[in-house]
Order: sequence, then structure tokens, then C-alpha cells
Amino acid sequence: MSDAAPELLTTIGLEIHCELATATKMFCGCAVGFGGEPNTRVCQVCLGHPGTLPVPNERAVAYAIKIALALGCRIAPSSIFHRKNYFYPDMPKNYQISQYDIPLGLAGSLDVTTGAGTRAIGITRVHLEEDTGKSLHMGSGGRIHDADYSLEDFNRAGTPLVEIVTEPDMTSPDEGRTFAQELRSILEYLEVSDVRLEEGSMRFDANISVAPPGERGAKVEVKNLNSLRSLHRALAYEEVRQREVLAGGGTIDQSTRHWDEKSGVTRPLRTKEHAFDYRYFPEPDLVPIKPSPEWLEGITAGIPELPPARRRRFIADYGLTPYDAALLVATRAAGTFFEDAVAGAGNVEPKLVANWLANDLLGRLAERSEDLATTKVTPQNLGALVGLVAAGSISGNQGKVVLDEMIATGRPAAEIVDERGLRQVSGRSELEAVVGEVLAANADVVERIRAGDTKPQGFLVGQIMRATKGQANPAVVQELLRDLLQR
Amino acid sequence: MSATPGSARPPWTLTATELIGLLRSGDLSATELTQSLLERIEQVDRDVRAYITVTPERALARAAAVDRARAAGEDPGPLAGVPVAVKDIIATKGVRTTAGSRILDNYIPPYSATVAERLDAAGLPMLGKTNLDEFAMGSSTENSAWFPTRNPWDLGRVPGGSSGGSAAAVAAGEAVWSIGTDTGGSIRQPASLCGVVGLKPTYGLVSRSGLIAFASSLDQAGPFARSVADAALLLQVMAGRDPRDSTSLPNPVPDYSAHLDDGVEGLRVGVVSQLMGEGVQAGVRQRVQEAITLLGKLGAEVGEVSLPTFDAGIDVYYLIAPAEASANLARFDGVRYGLRVDGEDVAKMNSRTRAEGFGAEVKRRIMLGTYALSAGYYDAYYGKAQKARTLIIHDFARAYEDFDVLLSPTSPTTAFAIGEKTQDPLTMYLSDVCTVPTSLAGATAISIPCGVAPEDGLPVGLQLMGRALDEVTVLRAAHALEEELGPMPHPPLWGSPSE
Amino acid sequence: MSISKEEVEHVARLARLALTEEEKVLYAEQLGRILGHAARVTSLDTEGVPPTAQAIELANVFRPDEPGKPAPSLTQEEALANAPAVEAGHFRVPRILEAED
Ligand SMILES: [Mg+2]
Ligand SMILES: [Zn+2]
Repeated sequence: MSDAAPELLTTIGLEIHCELATATKMFCGCAVGFGGEPNTRVCQVCLGHPGTLPVPNERAVAYAIKIALALGCRIAPSSIFHRKNYFYPDMPKNYQISQYDIPLGLAGSLDVTTGAGTRAIGITRVHLEEDTGKSLHMGSGGRIHDADYSLEDFNRAGTPLVEIVTEPDMTSPDEGRTFAQELRSILEYLEVSDVRLEEGSMRFDANISVAPPGERGAKVEVKNLNSLRSLHRALAYEEVRQREVLAGGGTIDQSTRHWDEKSGVTRPLRTKEHAFDYRYFPEPDLVPIKPSPEWLEGITAGIPELPPARRRRFIADYGLTPYDAALLVATRAAGTFFEDAVAGAGNVEPKLVANWLANDLLGRLAERSEDLATTKVTPQNLGALVGLVAAGSISGNQGKVVLDEMIATGRPAAEIVDERGLRQVSGRSELEAVVGEVLAANADVVERIRAGDTKPQGFLVGQIMRATKGQANPAVVQELLRDLLQR
Repeated sequence: MSATPGSARPPWTLTATELIGLLRSGDLSATELTQSLLERIEQVDRDVRAYITVTPERALARAAAVDRARAAGEDPGPLAGVPVAVKDIIATKGVRTTAGSRILDNYIPPYSATVAERLDAAGLPMLGKTNLDEFAMGSSTENSAWFPTRNPWDLGRVPGGSSGGSAAAVAAGEAVWSIGTDTGGSIRQPASLCGVVGLKPTYGLVSRSGLIAFASSLDQAGPFARSVADAALLLQVMAGRDPRDSTSLPNPVPDYSAHLDDGVEGLRVGVVSQLMGEGVQAGVRQRVQEAITLLGKLGAEVGEVSLPTFDAGIDVYYLIAPAEASANLARFDGVRYGLRVDGEDVAKMNSRTRAEGFGAEVKRRIMLGTYALSAGYYDAYYGKAQKARTLIIHDFARAYEDFDVLLSPTSPTTAFAIGEKTQDPLTMYLSDVCTVPTSLAGATAISIPCGVAPEDGLPVGLQLMGRALDEVTVLRAAHALEEELGPMPHPPLWGSPSE
Repeated sequence: MSISKEEVEHVARLARLALTEEEKVLYAEQLGRILGHAARVTSLDTEGVPPTAQAIELANVFRPDEPGKPAPSLTQEEALANAPAVEAGHFRVPRILEAED
């Protein structure tokens, strides 16, 4: 922070909960989904009816292991579930099946690059648990503290959740946000989550402390951060708040605070001192997970090239700027679209393809609230379009017109160019006659130019373009004019 | 009731094995048999109070379906038509299931336990749901929120528990056989006190899906019957892997009836010295001793075995079971089903609902278990108990190097008087001393009647314990002993039914 | 082995049990005696003995990620059938005071 006292250091650790994109819930056969009629994706198991038992979803376990491996974690040879006991009306059994002392994955790390350089952020653990239902707070404001009563919907209850806990290795709100972004794109690459933050499929809790070098600051936990933006805002707010408290001679004590998105501040959470005795004990309804070497090999084989490696390759092999590389690698789809487009473009500067994709196509799709998954434009067709522009067959402006048509119809560039007769005329011989005629028709202007007044030259170019219905290659026209006027 | 050819006695007095023959030959219809049992319930249950809910329409409908199938020449299954009673802690879709608790008053499960489904698929009409100690927490059925069940041998005494209703129903002729659940002895002890056969299967042999959990690492459902052969038949229906229970064992299920007559020649029987000591009622020890002598005569190699950690069994059990229960019973919070007592906020609503919905013993165990798991005490109590549990398992392993089955009384005493132990939970807990070690080891054990104690004329039960998944051997030894002991006398309440 | 009234109150709060003063006294006394009896366990030598959470040796028991297995979902009506209080397809509960987690 700019206004922050320089002798104080900020320490940040994150705890990320991510819903897995399985077909069914963690421990029962109910469908996983978002929205819909309340209490319609529930059964006796996820409603916690007496006598029901959990049976783990094999794909959810595989996804969690895939994440742990992608983050460089050690996979526990024998991992078990625990019961985390506390009462809350959106938690059907009043205990959460989670993991405690033997999580699926331990001790990984993830490189994060900010203006301050690249640093490895430690991953403490990756574990599997079940999500809760949703409480709707009824009454003035619909906020929890001024609600008259609440309504419970258990459609989300039992959705597989992976919890990822980092070491307190981050030193700034920017680094915190960048880590979250990087993790999000890795999860997207692994195809284990739809990472829709707006639907709560990724949720953040943060620990942040500020203290002089060498000293341990009191850990302040900030909860309820449901977007990268609120994560960054909350961290920035907390950093300033704590620095100001310390600057004012005050002290920070270990506490939990709640981020209020509307007012943009963190507020202390009222919690009874007894409230957090979770009485963890091994879940007797479940047996250990002991991944076989074959299983682990299979999961590892399913891990694609991840964003860090792909960015490096795009910069090295395609000569992209770090900025463009980051932009195109952010989602698996964009990166793949780019590589296919480059292939479709023949021997063209990949940089040029990157520009057309990043600036022109993505921009236009965003305006139409489309994306690479939904657009009619294929990577090959985009490549071909860039090829035409690069070969000078059409001008850049013509290319943009063609692109609009491609987005609307999905037809190949060449087809549109021919149909509209957009081909650019670049041959001197073909153009010489037209230029001659225009010069003859404007003898007076020619005189003035030859007398040294070059202003009207633009007028002549315009006349030539009109005579060629805009198909004349401007560069060639300029050349011809220069030659002919010098005579 | 129509007297049945091939038997002077009414159908409710016969064993399942006898009845199966009559049903097959067509001398008796499933409907007649079910009627006979419903009438018997009508006659005696006002005194015994074995049932919380009787389901006549349902039972008769299932029986009629079996009769129709037989009439149509189809095979409805070997046991089809023999009615069964089910402990009210086993979920039955559409049929009130209370677990003996006020907190589940009028709870109608939206699904059925796997065990209940298997009984129905086998064509066993369900007569009703039997009484129990609330959430199976007790050894006398006095902890039922509804009413205590009485011992058919002496209505002033308890039937044992927690499956007292299922045991009493079979002893009183209100069911041919029944289903109970055993966490620390809840099948074997009431079987002993009511003079019937009760088997606790190996943990994982019978699905727990739909069995309302008390202590998840210990709970097992099992059969009550009037003969070892009947128990073997009913176990056959219940046993086997269930995809709805992660802890259900994949092992192939053997034929439990095939080796009943193989005898005990050369079988090594270890008598557990810790369980034959001074804590045991004289008449109980005497009958068990006589049975041991008989086993010797039959060619078994009987010896003594010492399992030192058995003394700690009760304490280990009363730390582990309540700890698991404290979490298992957290779901009864007045939100999704069952009783709700209102409060101005959720926490108060939860606390009042649970205070009114749970009985004293359940609250006591929730408190005990919560304490044993809470910060600062976990290692000293729950953690320590888990390690002691390992020691008990090691003791068994050593004993089974020298013996094939272990033998002890099932209960140190015969049936005690209603109200005798309710004031002192600890003495009540101690009546499980013989049964909890097998539960902690997850192994199997059976209780069979071995006569009545001379001093009080009440049934004595003998327990045979076996290795995990060795029900076949346990049943074989029990059957041999049963034959040698001869027919168990019936309780006075049985009368002399030969109209 | 004795347990204080405060400990009983703390445990009752964790377990969401509204106890009467009489019950607090009773449970303090009874839990004390039961745990006192358990001294026979706490005094056992378990040095290097692994804990047993389960008496069976199963591992890797899973279900396929297929809807309806091992049991189908309920309809909203079935889901709410046993509910003490319902509103607009939801389970209705009194106001939630503090967010515990
Ligand atoms: Mg979590
Ligand atoms: Zn479900």
C-alpha cells in the first residue's frame, strides 16, 4: 500500500473452497446444480434423515487428487474423513464430513508473478469435504443480523468441496489476488470446477496480519469473500486498517471479521468463545482412501499443460508479449483457440493472430455477450482471415468488416471476401491506368503539387480509391503517385 | 384359530422351520399364519407391550401376495409367508419409525432400511415395530419414551434391552422371529433374559443403511428366533454387501444352515475366566457350567482362557459409543423432521427441542460423549479408549490362536425387576460386561437359552463368541448345544395352547 | 473424578441441550462417577498402541458419479413432508443469531 508505513510487513494466507463439477453430490446420488426450485435436488442422505449413510463419489475423490497433484502436493497413502461438529441450520447432520489430520494432499506450492516478481506460495493442504445448504434471511434488508426468520434450501447441501489452504506466504493484496486468479485458471484447466465465482463455486477466506519485520502479527481472519474483487478490496482495507491501528499505538488481537461488500469495510464477527470446539473425530461411516499407484498414474496422465508452462511456451515459441500470453492463457479455451488459429493462418506472425483474437474477436464477442465456446467463428477461419490480411489480399479495415460477418454467420473469410468482391488490387499495372486517368482529370491539382504544395495529394488518393471502389491497395497508390508526379 | 394338520398347536406356537414346511405343503396359508399372530398380539400385547406400532393391513396384504404367488405356482422364496417383527429403530418407508424417542414422534421415513427391504423381498410380512430403549441406549427397554416392555416370564421384570420388544415378542409368541440391533449387547442380553436365541453378526455383514445410528462403529442388526436353525435362516436373508453402506463387507455370504448338524467333535471351546467370576449370579454360573460339561461330552475340547483387557471393556465402550452418539444425534434439531419446540432464535429452538425430545439416558450419553470429545479431553478419554479397543482386539486374536469359539454367560444375571436399576446408570451399564468386548472387536456372538436359574426360575443365556465372519462355526456349536440341552420351557404366559 | 457445573454448562451448550438446574447438578455428579470408573481405561498402558476407529479393514469404497445411485432423489413434497415448519418450498427456522462458521 502506498500510504502504508514502510517498516511494517503484511502477511497473507488464503483458504479457498471450490465446488467440484461432478454430476452428483459428494455422498449421495442427487444432482449437483445451481439455482432451481428449492429442495428439489435432495434425498434422505443429504437431508440428514436418521439411518442414512454417506458413500463417497469416486469422481469427486479423483478430482481432489488431480488438484492436489497439479499443485505439487504429496498424496497421502491412506487418507481418512473426520466429522467436524457444530450446529448450523443449513447443515443437515449438524456435523460436516471433512478431513482433519490426514488430508488427501499435503505440502505443495504455486508460483505467483506480480510486479514484485515471481514467488512460490506454499500450499499447506488440499482436502475434500461437503458443502452446506443455503439460508435465506427473511425480513428487513435480508441480512443475517436484522432477519426475522430464515428459510433453508438444501439443494447445495452435500456438493463436493475441495478446500485449499495456503501458507501465510503472500505479502500484499495484489499477490493475494494474483494467487487466487492463478489458482482459478488452474482449476479451469483441470476441468474439475466451472469456477463460476458469481455462483459461489469458488469462495475465499483470508488471514492477514501486519507487523514489524521479525515479529508475528495477530492473525485476523476475513470471511465471506466471493469474488476476486472483494478479496482484493477486503485485503487492501484490512491492511490499511491494521497499519492505522498500529500507527496509532493500538494493538491488533486475533479475531474474525466479516467483509461487507456494500459498505466496503470489514466488521468484527460476534462469536461466543465456546463456539469453536469442533470435536473432530474419525468418521466411522467411511473407510480410508488408499489411492493405488495405477489410479494416481491415470489421474496424472489427465493433467494438461497448465497456465505457467503454457505462458512460457507462448512467449518463447510464438514471440508473444507477457501481457498477450497471460491474456490468451487465462482460460484453457482461449489458449487452445489461439494455437488452432495460428495453425489455420499458415506462415503468419503468431503475434498478428494474437492481436486479432485478443483485441478484435474477444472484444466483439464480449459486446454480444458471447464467448469462444459459443461463437460460430472457428479457430481455422479466424486464422484464414488473418492470413488474408497479412498477404495484403484485404485491408485491415476490410478484415474487420469480414470478421463481423463471420461472427454473424460463421462463414469462412474467403467466401465473404469473394462474395462482396472485397479483394484488394495491389498490381501496379492494374492501377497505373486508373491513376493516370485521375491525374489527367485533375491537371490543376497536379500543377499545384508539382509547384510544391503537397496538401491536395490526399484528395487525389481519395479520387483513386473512389474510382477503384476502395479496392486499391493504398500503399501501392502512394507509390504510383510519387513516381508519376515526379515526371 | 384353525388347528393345523400336522400340528395340534396353533401356528403362532411353531418355529419358522416348522411353519415353512406347512406353508410349502399348503397345509397352512400365509394369511392364516399372519392372522394367528395378529390375534396372539391382540391377546397378550396389552400385558407384554412388545410393540410400539402394529401393522395388520400391511402384514395381511403381504401375506395375501405370498399366497397368491404360491397359488399361481410361482416360488415366492423359501421363507415367504413367515411374519417378522422389526425393532422400531429400523426405518420403514411410510410406517412411523420413532427409535423409542419423543423427538421422532410421528416421523414417517421417506425410505426403507436395506434390511427391511430384504425382509419384504423375501416375502416376510412385517407385523409391526417393536419397543426399545430410546435410540437403543439401555439394557432394560425402560428408557423407551412410550412405555416399558415386560418380560413374558415375569411381567414385573424387564425383558432386557435395548431390543427388549423384539425379544419379548418372540418369547411371548407375538412373532415367529424378529429383528433387533446390537451395539454393546442389545440383541444378546434381551435374548438371554427372555429365553430366546439372539445373534449379533460380524460388523459389516448386515447393512446399516436405515438403521438409526447410535454408535456407528458398533451397530449391527441381527435376528431373534426360537431356535438356532431359525436364526440361521433369518440371518441368510439379512446378510450381504449393500452399496448404500460404505462399511458393508464384500465377502461372499455362506449358507448358514448347511453346517448346523456337523457337531462339535474336536471344536476348541475357550471359557472366558474373567466372565465366570463372582460378579455372576450363582444360578447363571451353574447352568452355564452344566452346558460346558455337555459340550465336553459332545467331543468339544473345552479349556479356560484369560482375556485381561475384558475388564476394561465396559469403560472403553461407554467412552466410544457415547462419543459417536453425540454426533449421530446432533441431526435431531427440529429443522427438517421430528419434534420442534419453538424458541426466539435457532439455537434456543434447537436446545429446547432436544431438551424436551430426548429422555434422561440419551441426554446423559450425549453429555458424556460431547465431554469425551471436547477440547482438552479427547486424548485422555476418546483417544485413549480407541487404543484400549485395539488391546481388546489383540486379546481376542491371541485367544483365537488356541480356540475356535469363546464361551461365557450372556448376562451376569437373569431378568431384574422393573425400576431396579433405573436410578443408577453405572450398575445398569455393568450388565453389558459380557457382551461389549465382542462388539468392540466387531466380531460375532450368539446367545442361546440354557435352562432357567434354580433360584428364580428365569431364563439363563449362554454366549458363544466367534471370529469375525465365522457365524457358521458359532451357529454350528450353538445348534449342537441346543439339541443336547433339549427344548427350552415356555414362559408361563405361553399357557398350554392346544385347542 | 468430579466435573464442575461450568463444565456441564459448556458441554450442554456444545450439545445444544437446555438443561434445568437440577439436571446440571445430576449430570455433574453422574458424569463424574462414570468417568471415574473409566479410570481403568485411562490407566491402561497404551504406549505405541495404534487407535482403532473401525474394526473392519476396508478401503476405497466408492459410488459411481451417476444420478440416482445408490438411491434416487426425493420430490420437494417428500422432502418437506416431515418438516415442522415450511414456507415457499423451504424449511422455515427462527432467526439465526451469530454466524458460527
Ligand atoms: Mg472447510
Ligand atoms: Zn441427496
